Amino acid sequence: MEKLLLLGDEAIAQAAIDAGLSGIFAYPGTPSTEITEYIQASKEAKEKGIRSNWACNEKTAMEATLGMSYAGKRAMFACKHVGINVAADPFMNSAITGVNGGIIYIAADDPSMHSSQDEQDSRNFADFAMIPVLEPSNQQEAYDMVHYGYELSEKFKTPVMIRVTTRLAHSRAAVNVRRNARKQNEIKLLENEKQFILLPVNARRQYNELIAKQELLENAAKNDGFNKYIDGKNKKIGIIACGLSLNYLMENYTEKSCEYPILKISQYPMPVDMVNRLYEECESILVLEEGQPVYEAKIKGLLNKGKKVMGRLDGTIPRAGELNPAIVGKALGLEVAEGLPVPSVVAPRPPKLCEGCPHADTYRALNEVMEEHGKGKVFGDIGCYTLGALPPFNAISTTVDMGASITMAKGASEAGFLPAVAIIGDSTFTHSGMTGLLDCVVDNASVTIIILDNSITAMTGTQKSSATGRIESICQGIGVDPDHIRVITPLKKFHEENVKVLKQEIEYQGVSVIIPRRECIVYANKKRKDAKKQQK
Amino acid sequence: MKIDIILCGVGGMGALSSAAIISKAALDMGMHMKQAETHGMSQRGGDVQSHLRLSDREIASDLIPEGECDLIISVEPMEALRYLPFLNKKDGWVITNENPFINIPNYPEKEVVLAELKKLKNSIVFDADQIARDLGNFKGTNMVVLGAASKYLKIDIEKLEKAIRGTFEKKGEEIVESNINSLRAGRAVADKL
Repeated sequence: MEKLLLLGDEAIAQAAIDAGLSGIFAYPGTPSTEITEYIQASKEAKEKGIRSNWACNEKTAMEATLGMSYAGKRAMFACKHVGINVAADPFMNSAITGVNGGIIYIAADDPSMHSSQDEQDSRNFADFAMIPVLEPSNQQEAYDMVHYGYELSEKFKTPVMIRVTTRLAHSRAAVNVRRNARKQNEIKLLENEKQFILLPVNARRQYNELIAKQELLENAAKNDGFNKYIDGKNKKIGIIACGLSLNYLMENYTEKSCEYPILKISQYPMPVDMVNRLYEECESILVLEEGQPVYEAKIKGLLNKGKKVMGRLDGTIPRAGELNPAIVGKALGLEVAEGLPVPSVVAPRPPKLCEGCPHADTYRALNEVMEEHGKGKVFGDIGCYTLGALPPFNAISTTVDMGASITMAKGASEAGFLPAVAIIGDSTFTHSGMTGLLDCVVDNASVTIIILDNSITAMTGTQKSSATGRIESICQGIGVDPDHIRVITPLKKFHEENVKVLKQEIEYQGVSVIIPRRECIVYANKKRKDAKKQQK
Repeated sequence: MKIDIILCGVGGMGALSSAAIISKAALDMGMHMKQAETHGMSQRGGDVQSHLRLSDREIASDLIPEGECDLIISVEPMEALRYLPFLNKKDGWVITNENPFINIPNYPEKEVVLAELKKLKNSIVFDADQIARDLGNFKGTNMVVLGAASKYLKIDIEKLEKAIRGTFEKKGEEIVESNINSLRAGRAVADKL
């Protein structure tokens, strides 16, 4: 046993190493990135041969996770909440195949959208697929749940989701770490050789098995200790506190103990017996969930004819955004402290492109070219360059999901909305842009696709990009005319030249690709610093 | 004993390194701690903050409750004001560098920002940049501010010095000394008041 100061993400990663992990598969995404990075940087993981390189996207990552499990080894997949959307196909179907070696899927949700385009709650997805969820309330539980999660996964032959949210992922605390690491699994064949062949005849049987498992999984949630019934004298309100919300509740009771009964929920399927006890004993129910009112809605039911159920749906708690101690305190009618108001002189300071960022030079050139074409013709994507939507550039009109710049530009172009320009980063292009580009080539759509190549996945903190050194050959391979694959250098001194190239290709009636290529300034500085350190 | 601290600034100004140093010192003293920080998009020139909670008892919430923060430590004056809803109105202190970091077009007049800080019951607003420059530690503003704040931290300054040593050891003795001197110079400012 050893005490380490770890982020929630790092606690998960260390636990996976200690629990006999053979590989982690992931694409970077806030707030999940540090899990994979921790394993990549771990000497211990290297010695044990744990694989940890970044994947192209969440779907390829999850399928590789499944393959490693098929071979009998313990595997982990990690992504931000919207990554589950990308991996939804293998996610849903891996619930039907089940596992051989244990699988844990980490879903890092981002309520309040600190660094995301929505605040979807991954527990919905797990419920949809009918796989168990572990939702830690603190860093120690995150660590312990990885060990338990692999046992649960292998015992019931199901993938297990661990759901964390930003505040746990990116908050540090002392964690007791076991140091006698478990050995990795040996390669082992499936007991049922048809388990992973989802032909309808097999899938029907497997699906029935998945349904039959549900009762056992609920029993595990009831008996295995992460869910607790904490009795209280005052039965006016019974509180269901899911995951991290327990901490915000307890923060209101630092001086005295909570008078109401509390049902701490950190494992799903939700144990109905425990919920029923609370419901029977109390006059009303307050449901605290970080994210969406998933279980509040279930307990309340469509007709809402039972006891009063309070939470995000009846306005006791704000419908959107993350929880905090004051929100929970107010929901319980407690007096909560107030600070001073923010003085009106305080101006917002939104994030912006860094000084010296290559994207800024590209936007300056693009804006000049697009001036004559009117507003709304540039379709953006997900990455640092999304900040081109803000002043001073105001250069893009859409940001929806990874890869959507290319395909939305295509659709708009086919509506006759011309010229249609897509702007996408190198890593986002290999994540989800390549198939969209093939659609463009097949239909010979009139689109100009700008692939910003800064040789790194910058937004999430400079992770290696699968696109580096491959963009031209990918575009040619997909069928873009080599004469219309143009590389430019986004620097002030080449501005006139770059404007000319952009203008030519935007006027071209067909698929053209422009690649502004210059290293991310943050990455370049980091490399320089690292080189200096090595010299010393 | 508990102390709740918000460390804030703009991405790249060293607010998060100060948080790491206090954490190290607190852990060394056997205190419980939780530290929540901003990662991802806002680090690109946006406002960054860290909630750092220390206590001799177990800590529940990763976030500091509004109105209960004991200490706001900021390397930028307008950023210090942004977190006032968290400040304990009666006993809380704001320690901040007085020089604006202007990377937005609508940054208010410096005098207006400083006037707002003057209204606070307990604050130290000073030119930490100048002190760091005088010591030849051009990136040391955060250490100077931390030094001034150390008076209210309930952590021995020796423990902070030890944590600084641990953090910067790899970069050489010169950088360790330079940062410790910056810390002490900041502390001297607070002690003179």
